[in-house]
Amino acid sequence: MALDQAVKLCLNRTNLEEPARLPAPVISAENLSLTFQTNDGPVHALSDVNLTIEKGDFVSFIGPSGCGKTTFLRVAADLEQPTGGTITVNGMSPEEARKSRAYGYVFQAAGLYPWRTIGGNIRLPLEIMGYSKAEQAERVSRTLGLVDLAGFEKKYPWQLSGGMQQRASIARALAFDADLLLMDEPFGALDEIVRDHLNEQLLALWDRTGKTIAFVTHSIPEAVYLSTKIVVMSPRPGRVTDVIESTLPRERPLDIRDSREFIEIAHRVREGLRAGHVED
Amino acid sequence: MRSIVPILTVLLVILGLWYAAAVPLNAQWARDQAARADTTLSASQLVEATWNQDRPRLPTPHQVGAELWKTTFESCVEGRRAGSIECITHRRSLFPHMWTTLSVTLAGFAIGTALGIGLAVSIVYSRAMDMSVMPWVIASQTIPILAIAPMIVVVFNSMGIPGFIPKAIIATYLSFFPVTVGMVKGLRAPTHMQLDQMRTWNASGLTTFLRLRLPTSMPYLFASLKVAVAASLVGTVVGELPTGAISGIGARLLNGSYYGNTMMIWAALIAAAVLAAIMIATISLAERVTLKRMGLAQ
Repeated sequence: MALDQAVKLCLNRTNLEEPARLPAPVISAENLSLTFQTNDGPVHALSDVNLTIEKGDFVSFIGPSGCGKTTFLRVAADLEQPTGGTITVNGMSPEEARKSRAYGYVFQAAGLYPWRTIGGNIRLPLEIMGYSKAEQAERVSRTLGLVDLAGFEKKYPWQLSGGMQQRASIARALAFDADLLLMDEPFGALDEIVRDHLNEQLLALWDRTGKTIAFVTHSIPEAVYLSTKIVVMSPRPGRVTDVIESTLPRERPLDIRDSREFIEIAHRVREGLRAGHVED
Repeated sequence: MRSIVPILTVLLVILGLWYAAAVPLNAQWARDQAARADTTLSASQLVEATWNQDRPRLPTPHQVGAELWKTTFESCVEGRRAGSIECITHRRSLFPHMWTTLSVTLAGFAIGTALGIGLAVSIVYSRAMDMSVMPWVIASQTIPILAIAPMIVVVFNSMGIPGFIPKAIIATYLSFFPVTVGMVKGLRAPTHMQLDQMRTWNASGLTTFLRLRLPTSMPYLFASLKVAVAASLVGTVVGELPTGAISGIGARLLNGSYYGNTMMIWAALIAAAVLAAIMIATISLAERVTLKRMGLAQ
């Protein structure tokens, strides 16, 4: 018995001392499939998707409608149940991850409650999760600062522009300590000028907070500009056709989009999308 | 100010039609009187005669107004000043009757609203309730209230519970329905996105209800409350008819029809309309204030 324990201790020690041990991936999917049964027969929203998202990654999902990019995010968030394969979030099942509040989810629309102020909206998840009053106040003002909305705490949503509302909804997802941010076309409804501005801010925020971000988009420039990894998907059945590791530096001014490297990556994304389409 | 002009226009049109209708409806009696006195009436004399009869088929607005004034502020005990407390509370005055009707209406409305919201919550949260209760809720309103009201009154009377409670139950019967239907729609009004969002925060069912479903349903609640309070008043008046016509606006209506006193009937009808208008205006005010504060006002 004593020997057993000694051996175990020893093993633990070697584990701790091992320097080059890789951190567990934030999201890991293996042969993930999801088939919706509809009146018109089964719809294969996801088919044998294999994907790993490492800590600190900024991963974009790009593809035409119906390619399953949103579905993948929803499965990771435990909003849909996969019909095959496995997926882990922070090493847990999606349900456990959701219950331990491991991720913040930003939807396509800001979805702020009109009867709450901006501060009140950001406070909502904190109230639900039972943070103390003092901590709520501290977190609200800190996250408002992160999205450049300091001073808007007492304003109501209708007093803000669409872009500001979407920033408030990002602040709401950042307010609690989730290291993973799932974003489902958060800027899809905004015009291009506002979108550029928000993309720049999102990158700065990602850099400052070190969060892992999974980001669904329709826009090739947006995907290339933001991501460290671009997942190209194609529809019917929804599957991954290409995973592109970006060679762009972490520091990205807006005019990086005119660089040769940027254009090459964008080209490869476009090729990937086209390849997915030909098989249709 | 902009809304007052159309309202006044409609009012004037109604008054015009009313006076116009009084002429042919009351003309027969006026002509008979003239024939008996061996005189003939000119057109203007006929109109004047039809508008000022003691027992008209259709009393004119000014006659109803006079009757209302007489039975509210002037229905006096000898020697008392018009408008004094003794006058207003006198049994010949309309006010005690209006109060009887109002108190039952409010009780029925309160119970009906509570019942309606309770049913709506159970329907929204339980599929079994949705499938089993909703059809009955709708079926309940297809039964004519005039058929069921006397039975409720008789059953409760035989159990030794007269008056207030059976009438309030009839009012409840009519008023829970709009609240149920409106609140089922209101509690289901949150979008999938909003519900998903609550799920991502791992919010409990109660939290989702209190923080999302209930606030979202407020515009629906107020819309159905306005219908419910009017329905409650109708239920109360119908409930007052078979109770022996002792007290209440329904009793005045019945009394008026017993004695062929059309002015009394019209005065009672106007009194009921005034009650309904006051209650609906109160709810509208509460609605405006609440929705404005919630940022939901249009």
